[in-house]
Amino acid sequence: MRARVLIRPKAGILDPQGEAVERALPALGFAGVGNVHVGRLVELDVEDASQLEAMCEKLLANPLVEDYEIVLEA
Amino acid sequence: MRSVPAPQMKFGVLQFPGSCDDLDALQAARRVGDAELIWHADRDLAGADAIIVPGGFSYGDYLRAGAIARFSPAMESVIEFASDGGLVLGICNGFQVLCEARLLPGALLGNANRRFTFRQVELEVLYSGGPFTAACALGERLSIPAKHAWGRYYADAQTLAAMDRGGQLVLRYAPGENFNGSLHDIAGVCNERGNVFGLMPHPEHAVDQLTGGSADGLKIFESMRMTVEGARA
Repeated sequence: MRARVLIRPKAGILDPQGEAVERALPALGFAGVGNVHVGRLVELDVEDASQLEAMCEKLLANPLVEDYEIVLEA
Repeated sequence: MRSVPAPQMKFGVLQFPGSCDDLDALQAARRVGDAELIWHADRDLAGADAIIVPGGFSYGDYLRAGAIARFSPAMESVIEFASDGGLVLGICNGFQVLCEARLLPGALLGNANRRFTFRQVELEVLYSGGPFTAACALGERLSIPAKHAWGRYYADAQTLAAMDRGGQLVLRYAPGENFNGSLHDIAGVCNERGNVFGLMPHPEHAVDQLTGGSADGLKIFESMRMTVEGARA
């Protein structure tokens, strides 16, 4: 099964990359942009999707500072 | 009759693919004792009295700095060594590895200035009662180089308060020196038990006035020697 894991900085933790992008977009003429955050995407094929959460907790994300979201492809 | 000198203490310095400050750490440790490199795939810590996890870019810093190195065979032995009370020092990438291994609280995030930054920094010793700063005075300033892109120390407010009470906030950047945005200007922390210590600046690059700008970094290694040899006496 194909899975995607979306990893993003936890809310409330300073995200300098997100802030830089948020400042860059208006400078290029794109108005009305806010709340930008930059994270990571991990795509993987897994036989047992029930293991994904443990994979995230142990390796793919650092739960102290990152939230993750698991998306399974139908 | 000549007295037989006591055997020198021995440091084990881990070496990962991508380590780059392993040899400087080895040379710094050799100024106060014996030292040997330990390859990441080795489980045997070579009888070391203390372990140094050095700086660099272990496993290319893939995924997150330290995330993969933390699962190496040598690190499994280091985790066991630390739980038996052994002294473990993590420098820069080594600090990141120790946080990923949960031997130290918190995490290191991308610098607030978004840049790899290399500069000499002034540090203040906030706690001199432990094994890694025993040779320092409380409030003493150390001048040590820092060079990293992922050095912003973060832990949640509750953890930070407990660390503060427990003397775990060992080193902080002096006023005006916190270029990476670390919470509470934290530069170095230890675990609750006090036997595991990590810092972002590089004491191993400041062991000789001629090449390091100061020899203040030597005090960290000297503190470890005093602690190990004091425990033996």
